[in-house]
Amino acid sequence: MSGARTNTLATLRGRIERIEAHGDAYAPNKVPLGHAGADATLRGGLALAAVHEVFAEGHQSAAATGFIAGLAGRITARRPLVWVRQDFSDIESGALSMSGFSELGLDPRCLVTVRAADADSALRTAADALACDALGLVVLEVWGEARQLDLVASRKLTLAAQASGVTALLLRLAATPQPSTAETRWIVRAAHSPPGTPSMPAAPSMPAAPWSTWGAPVFDAQLVRNRHGPVGRWIMEWKCDECLFSESAAYPQPVAAAPAHRPHQARDGELQRRAG
Amino acid sequence: MGSCSAELDKTPSVVVAKQNNALQIYALDDLAARCGLEVGLPLANARAICPELTVFDADAAADAKTLGDIADWCDRFTPLVALDPPYGLFLDITGCAHLFGGERALLQIVSGALTRRGFAVSAGIAGTSVCARTMTRHVSGKIIADGEEADAVSPLPVSALGADAAITSGLRRAGLKTIGDVAARARHEITARFGAGFTTLLEQALGQGDAPISPRKPLPDYIVEKRFPEPVATEGVISATLSRLAAMLVTAMDRQGKGARRLEVSFFRTDGAVRTIMVDTGRPVTRPEVIDRLFRERLDALNDPLDPGFGFDLVRLSASRTEIVVQQQRDLDANVHDNDELAALIDRIAARIGGKRVVVHLPQDTHIPERAVMAMPAQHHLAAAGQAAWPDRTESEPPLRPLRLFEKPEPIKVPFATVPDGPPHHFTWRRVTHAVVRVEGPERIAMEWWKQDGKALTRDYFRVEDEAGLRFWIFRDGLYESEARGAEDKPVPVNWFVHGLFA
Repeated sequence: MSGARTNTLATLRGRIERIEAHGDAYAPNKVPLGHAGADATLRGGLALAAVHEVFAEGHQSAAATGFIAGLAGRITARRPLVWVRQDFSDIESGALSMSGFSELGLDPRCLVTVRAADADSALRTAADALACDALGLVVLEVWGEARQLDLVASRKLTLAAQASGVTALLLRLAATPQPSTAETRWIVRAAHSPPGTPSMPAAPSMPAAPWSTWGAPVFDAQLVRNRHGPVGRWIMEWKCDECLFSESAAYPQPVAAAPAHRPHQARDGELQRRAG
Repeated sequence: MGSCSAELDKTPSVVVAKQNNALQIYALDDLAARCGLEVGLPLANARAICPELTVFDADAAADAKTLGDIADWCDRFTPLVALDPPYGLFLDITGCAHLFGGERALLQIVSGALTRRGFAVSAGIAGTSVCARTMTRHVSGKIIADGEEADAVSPLPVSALGADAAITSGLRRAGLKTIGDVAARARHEITARFGAGFTTLLEQALGQGDAPISPRKPLPDYIVEKRFPEPVATEGVISATLSRLAAMLVTAMDRQGKGARRLEVSFFRTDGAVRTIMVDTGRPVTRPEVIDRLFRERLDALNDPLDPGFGFDLVRLSASRTEIVVQQQRDLDANVHDNDELAALIDRIAARIGGKRVVVHLPQDTHIPERAVMAMPAQHHLAAAGQAAWPDRTESEPPLRPLRLFEKPEPIKVPFATVPDGPPHHFTWRRVTHAVVRVEGPERIAMEWWKQDGKALTRDYFRVEDEAGLRFWIFRDGLYESEARGAEDKPVPVNWFVHGLFA
């Protein structure tokens, strides 16, 4: 009798554990970024089958795109990638160039681009694509504030990503972060190339200083929200050959200590769109 | 088949058009004809004959549109409908008449429905199209059996043939008043006098040989349709009908191992309006659910939603392009499954936002940056894109091409360069000044001089980084002092552009 009761108790406990696990400690697979500090903070890497947001000011669009492309390269190397863009984004910050894409070490053959006319159809297309489990990744690029991308929309995207196992990356250019159900939220800026030796022999008439090396893409990535852990800020360098992020040689120390507490909303003043 | 005119308050009405710098009658109604007016009469003369004339301006475009609309409506009787401008229609009813209760009944349905809508109709059925047309110019509602064409058209006047005015008057002058008179003459005489074209016309009218009609739309490979005795207008019934039609279509195609690449659904409204919606697919569709879903996406995304009006009385689903389906083993190869899923997703997105908006990228054999990649519709080029050969990147080099490229290079203001043909010291783009901290370059890209549009100037590209770490791909349009020259062969300030942004 007592054995049966223990058994029942154990079953119930197991059920409660499962329910709780599903609700809160949802532990999907993770993919390491390659940057030790970021991976430690993210407890192993970027969560798959979730929504991640990358915010950038308007003039930092290329850096943010590069960061997204890096994440895409980490998340899926061979599976198809759907990149949903708005027409306006092309005009404002240039179309995604396949030559540049392959220069970053990614495979343009896997990429299907959708040019949506407005944010509404872009969001709907992204939601559709997220439901398709043949994809490795869906990128949704939206320019400016979009009232369509509210908490409800973000929840829908998260559920779709969880159901299909496809990861979603939101690239928000010139937008203010709003409450959302994203797993992580990043604010990305460009960082300097590492200083180094002149890339060209300095001619007598040339000042030597500007002719220093042009290195791999370097990002100043600030993790401002992390649902399951602390946040931080790192300088990351994208290694095109190995297709991973790494610590930049030029910035040996972290530029800012990672705060232990969860941050407030991102400071709005910083995200005012500037011309250029 | 029909000439259109409205009876307005019982006053004779005419339509006039400007010909030879004078307003002439272009079309007229029965009342006006009874007054003694005829086509081609100057309007001034017509007013003198009949002062209470109502006059309308001719509108050839509207006439053509009306004729097209009637032709759309006629699609419900046969898929082969041809225009015979300015006011005729040919319907090839071979094998269709029995669906409507025989030729007599079909003729009555067509002319009855058009008459009710206010058109003056003259219709006929014959073995050859020219014979039927000749017939309808004089009598309506006649059905000529095979082999009786000559007897039927012989008593008609030569004008019924519809030949040039010169030929018609020439025949009259020669004393040949009816088609029978002309047919009685030896063919070589007619040919010598009026040309071979007229002889062919005459023979076709007499039923000896036929001129093929050119239908407006190619005949679809498969057609299924559903007719409703009572018009339907509710969304539920329409979507249920579509599902059932999709199942029927797939069954029909399946028998021959075909799949649809282009599907069309036509909604025939009771008031005669026809709405056709087309969906393209990337690979042959063989499942009714897929057809159903594609149309649902398409109908959801229509700019002007489907308007049932007083209801649809016929819904037709046709596969206008089909392909033989190659059955692939699915379970052992996950790639095949993934590709199918991706193609289905692309079809769905394309159905909603348009096929041109879903693209894959193909490398092009050119070194001009803006032409190096071509975006092609993903539906048709998915396989080609998967096997495209992209140039390998140079190992251990930073990216040489920008990640974001402007379709049109944007002009920047460069006050001066560090050296005459060197990079700028600073530049202004979109009202913000950037001080150049790092530079790589120049990379000289000459335009394709062997091409017609290759006369553009040589570009010197520089990769520059500003003090904030932003990276630009800028170029100087034209070589310093050698290409950029003004009218008096003096160097003009060269233009600088930003073409792309590096990550």
